[in-house]
This record gives sequence, C-alpha cells and structure tokens, in this order.
Amino acid sequence: MKVLVPVKRVVDYNVKVRVKADESGVETANVKMSMNPFDEISVEEAIRLKEAGKATEVVVVSIGTAQSQDTLRNALAMGADRAILVEADGEVEPLAVAKILKGVIAEEEPGLVLLGKQAIDDDSNQTAQMLGALTGWPQATFVSKIELGDGSMEATREVDGGLETIKVNMPAVVSVDLRLNEPRYASLPNIMKAKKKPLDTKAAADYGVDVTPRLKTLKVSEPPARAAGIIVGSVSELVEKLKNEAKVI
Amino acid sequence: MTNLIIAEHDNSELKAATLHTVTAAQAAGGDITIAVIGEGVSAVAEQAAKVAGVSKVVTVDGAEYGHQLAENVAPVIVALAEGYKNVWAPATTAAKNTMPRVAALMDVQQISEITAVVSADTFERPIYAGNAIATVQSAESTNIITVRTTSFEPAAAEGGSAAVESVAGTGDAGISSFVSAAVTESERPELTSARVVVSGGRGMQSGDNFAMLEKVADKLGAAVGASRAAVDAGYVPNDYQVGQTGKVVAPELYIAVGISGAIQHLAGMKDSKVIVAINKDEEAPIFQVADYGLVADLFEAVPALEAELD
Repeated sequence: MKVLVPVKRVVDYNVKVRVKADESGVETANVKMSMNPFDEISVEEAIRLKEAGKATEVVVVSIGTAQSQDTLRNALAMGADRAILVEADGEVEPLAVAKILKGVIAEEEPGLVLLGKQAIDDDSNQTAQMLGALTGWPQATFVSKIELGDGSMEATREVDGGLETIKVNMPAVVSVDLRLNEPRYASLPNIMKAKKKPLDTKAAADYGVDVTPRLKTLKVSEPPARAAGIIVGSVSELVEKLKNEAKVI
Repeated sequence: MTNLIIAEHDNSELKAATLHTVTAAQAAGGDITIAVIGEGVSAVAEQAAKVAGVSKVVTVDGAEYGHQLAENVAPVIVALAEGYKNVWAPATTAAKNTMPRVAALMDVQQISEITAVVSADTFERPIYAGNAIATVQSAESTNIITVRTTSFEPAAAEGGSAAVESVAGTGDAGISSFVSAAVTESERPELTSARVVVSGGRGMQSGDNFAMLEKVADKLGAAVGASRAAVDAGYVPNDYQVGQTGKVVAPELYIAVGISGAIQHLAGMKDSKVIVAINKDEEAPIFQVADYGLVADLFEAVPALEAELD
C-alpha cells in the first residue's frame, strides 16, 4: 500500500508573528519557516507504517512556492521515498488544496492519505475533510491512534468529551492530532541521502484546478492587547484582589 | 430562509454551543432554522424550538446519525442547506469534523472559527494562533461558517416557540462505523462554558498533583484544564487541553498554574476576563498576559490558595 502525505511550509511555530503595517498580512520575509508540526507527525506515521511492513512507499506532496522544496526535502530526510511539488503562488485555500490532492490521488492511487489536522498559519482545519468529500472516501480526523485491518482501519479520535474510536473502509483520509507519535529528527546522512531522492515538480494547472482564493481578505490586524497586569506578593493579596478589585470570586 | 444552524447535541440535550451560534447568526441578520441531526432527538428538537429567535426546527432522525459520522451527516446537511444563505455550526470537534466535508460537497470555501460578524458577508477570524485577526469577505452563494463560541453570548434558551418539522435523511453511506467511546467523566462544569477555569502545566510534575488543582477548582466551581505539555506528559486526558489546537476558553477567571505560556497555549485562553498566573519562573511569558501574577512555588501557593478560599 502506498501512503500519500501532504505537507505544508509554514512560519515556524516558535516565531511570534508580526502583522504588516499596511494590514495586508503577516510578515513572512526573513522569518524562519518549517514544516507544519502536524504534518511532521503524519510523515512520521507513514514512515512507521513502512518500517512495520504495512506500507510499501511513502510519497510526500506539497502545494506552494518553489521554496516548499525545502519542506519536501525535510520529509525525504525523515524517510519518505519520493516527493511531488505542485507549484502555486500566493495563498492557496483548503478547498483548492483538496482539489489538487484529488488530482494527485488519481495519479498515485494511494491506499491511505495522512494529513495534519490543521496548519498553524491559517488554522483552518479543513483540508482532510474536504479531500474526503471530493474522493468519496471516509475520513478519520484528529486521530491519536490508528490500527490497520484487512480493507479497513480503526482510528481513535480526540474529541471534545474524550476519545472516540471509529472504523473506516480503506482507502481513507486521516488527519492526525498531536499525540499520535513523536516525530524523529532527520540524521545528517539521511539529509544527504534525501538530496538524491526524486522530487517531481508540477503546476496547479496540471490538475485543472483554479487556485484563485474564494474568500477576499480585506485586512489582517493585530489582536487587541491586554492591559498590563501586576505582580502580587502573596496568596492572601491575590485572593484579596480577586475578591475586591476584580470581583470574580 | 437565511440562516441554518447545525445543532450541537448528544441525542438527548441541546448543548450551549448552539445558543452561542444563534447569537452569531443573529448578528448577520435574517430568520433562523435549527437542524437537529441524530438518533432519537425529539427532546433536543423541543429544546431547540424554545430558543429565543428561532423560527423553525428540522429534525433528521436515524441510527446512522447517532454518532455524528461525517460520511453520513454531511450529505444530510447539504440537502438541508438548499435555499439558505448561511449554514452555521459551533466550532466543536463534531462540527470541525463534518462542516468542511459539507463545504467541499457544495464546492464552497468554508470560513472557520469566526470571532466577529462584520456584516452579512464579512467575518473576522483569528489566524496564527490568534496573533493576527483576518477580516474575510465571502462571495460564495452559500456560506459555511463555524463559530468560536466564546466570542458570542448565548441566546436565551427559553422564549421561542418554533415549529418542528421532521425530514427524511440520506441513509448510511456504509463506509464508516462507530466502535467505542472513552468519555472523561467529571462532576465539574464543562471546560468551554465554565465561569472559572484552573489549568495546570508541566510544572505540576505529575497527574497525581492535579488533585491540588481539583481542590481549588471545587471551591470555585471551576473546570480543570491543562497545557499541551501536561497532556503530552500524560498527566491528564486530551480533552483537558486548552490552546490553539485544543479547546478555546474565555471564562471570567482563568488561573494558570505551572504553565510557562507558550503562544499556542495563550491562543486558547487570552480572551479570559481575568487571568491569574502562578509560576516560580518570573520570566515565564504567561506573566505578560496575566492581570495578577504570583511568582511562587506552586506546591506551596496552591494549598495556600485553597486554604484562603475557605
């Protein structure tokens, strides 16, 4: 079984993003970029499936600018076999991403697609579910555990009330949550090896997908700042303030 | 036919998240229909019919909808959405799972987790863990919108008298099934709607030490939450997690204990009215958002706090 893993290049999770002065977006020039942390977890899971003999090939795909090659090379260094870059400039919305991925699936015919549950830039949490709709495949979202069966899979999902386990037919779309695994670091020899692994470049138009955004971003602004607080000297002072000043207890 | 709201429920009770969503829809204007999709949901439908400002309730009842499997529920919502301008749902894990599937079936770009309605077609939503707010305008024929419930007051649960109509579903897609659930049992209020939240982080050092926080929580009628670090370490279950990828809370009082205050955690609690931080590291970023900071060893401060609350 082939596993397809879409990955996204995003502003690194440790960066405190700044809104541009003209409110057209956030500053991404000279900012550290990394693979979306949830996507690292899906790459790791795919590699583990291969190591366990349950997957035959791990193909990673990214949709974005030429610089997304760095993200793909990172996934190859972790242990993916092959990469596809679908070049597209500007913001590509989840619906367009899902349409392109449907095109990739038609060519690659994977038995499983593993995605991060959300990208930490636009925080949409949509692509996996949309891909499920477009392919007609079942979806297992926010998963913290998967167990492959014969023609089906059991997935444990992190939901508001706790955990839920569902069974879905294969092929299926899975979106991963934080506790599925702990991604490995790529070793230096594997980083060198990754440079020789195949990376195909395509264009969104190759899949007949129009990536023009459907939603118009009118502006991107700073969130309201919180007023500065105070440091209290003791627990009793804290309780006194909460009772008499903030009046919340 | 303007607004269709997908009810959040557990087949027996309408959840407060739905009431917050009603307020968001009212801000956009127009009539409101609530759709209750599930198994044996007549009691939920009765509660939905009483919500102030709701003009109609439609129910779709069947065993295949009992566990909110997206493969079965999404086609039902697509059928119900016919003729509506906006389809709304609270940004709970159930709706986050289903609504993008609905949107893609309708060829619509969903608008996730809105925090404000600017006009009937323009909405605000947080991006980058809430470090920026995007104002987006939609030209879609139908808008699919999920709502961050903490940003909208709940509509009154009583006062309405909407007609209830039962509609046939679209059947079982036959590609997914429910196996089991492990629900965290708690007598305390629900995290996302509690008036007070007491959260612990890595500084708690073990799951057993959360008992200290629970004692404080019980005195304040509070819910107990946690940072990602505490959940990843296995101190508490996943549904305790407050943050960018966990739950978003905005209580009257949020007490962060032994939490350093990573951007991803702040995203889930910085809209709380009053924030208290207890941490022995005075450099911890949590103090930058706290109204009241206490630099202290939590193992001394928390029992002292519990005693002071008597």
